[in-house]
Amino acid sequence: MGNLLWIFISAAVVNNFTLALFLGLCPFLGVSGKVETGLRMGAANIFVMTLTALSVWILNTFILNAAPYLRIIAFIIVIASLVQIVEMAIKKLSPALFRALGIYLPLITTNCAILGLAIFQTNRGYGLLEGLAFALGGGVGLTIALVLMASIRETLELADVPAFARNMGLVLIIAGALSLAFMGFAGLFSAA
Amino acid sequence: MRKPTPPSQELIKGIWRENPVLVQLLGLCPTLAVTNTVENSLAMSAATTFVLVCSSLLVSSIKKIVPTEVRISTYILIIATFVTIADMILEALVPDVHKALGAFVALIVVNCIILGRQEAFASKNSVGRSLLDAVGMSIGFTATLTVMGAIRELLGAGTILGHSVLGPHFEPWVIMVLPPGGFFTLGFLLLVYSWVKRRSEARAVSTAGAVPAREAA
Repeated sequence: MGNLLWIFISAAVVNNFTLALFLGLCPFLGVSGKVETGLRMGAANIFVMTLTALSVWILNTFILNAAPYLRIIAFIIVIASLVQIVEMAIKKLSPALFRALGIYLPLITTNCAILGLAIFQTNRGYGLLEGLAFALGGGVGLTIALVLMASIRETLELADVPAFARNMGLVLIIAGALSLAFMGFAGLFSAA
Repeated sequence: MRKPTPPSQELIKGIWRENPVLVQLLGLCPTLAVTNTVENSLAMSAATTFVLVCSSLLVSSIKKIVPTEVRISTYILIIATFVTIADMILEALVPDVHKALGAFVALIVVNCIILGRQEAFASKNSVGRSLLDAVGMSIGFTATLTVMGAIRELLGAGTILGHSVLGPHFEPWVIMVLPPGGFFTLGFLLLVYSWVKRRSEARAVSTAGAVPAREAA
């Protein structure tokens, strides 16, 4: 149980997907304009990542042992179809949730955080429970990063910066500062 | 329909004016993740170039027989196949670099530059033009990654390609080879790019009078 908790915490803050591993940067930079959208994107990500961890475990355990060279192709197909199915299911079951997640669901297919999750999970040889803890942690970490960035950018709107710096350059430098702050969490492990 | 441009333009545009990383902000994950040394940057660029050029060639030659509804899935499959090949080649030729790049070789599949070029260019243009476009974009990507890698390796370790440049008395800025250094370096490059662009636009306006700079570009 303790092991699962560490995997969760490690994925959420210490090795934060976005700020330490550089996964999921597109949504991080693209939809972090408002806290509201950031939260929704984060929720959609947590959801899809958990499902991905489950399907990757099934793939790894029952199918890919026979053909490891098909790994990348199999993962990307499964993730793409998974997102499509989830989208249809949500549309049917909960139109309210579908409206809330809206365009973020299809965007997730080409989000490197999802494929990254699948590959890290495989490389580290996680079992089912460990994989799920990793996925949840990764999703929560992504959401934390998105919401933090969004709140900073909402304030940044009002700041008086030189005209040439009103673009992604400034956002990336702020992301660097955030990443620096998250490095502080690395100390959590030496205490354990 | 875009108006015909000279083929040389297809090659050149990816290097500066439509640079995939600095202007289109695509492919940021590998740009930030593997540029802590020049060697890693070059290996990543080579793998991406291989995948981009091969996919563009294949996609532009089969564009007429791919149904519109399933085109994105087809592109992804083609890209994933080439990425698998690149992954195996890297593992066989340079196992150390392959290990350093880790999961990021497989993640070339979701590099938006590659899918973006297939959808925006290769699926609408001839094989020759698509090849030029892919090569141009690859050069732009490679140049950006190499500059990133050079800055980070030089400041973070005082070396370039493993050779000591700044001498034994240089105190390395370790932060540059760690994740925050990636964000700082790319942010700095983007600011420089936008500053240079603004200056050249301002100069074009002042010399050409009322003609807007964007028309000339």
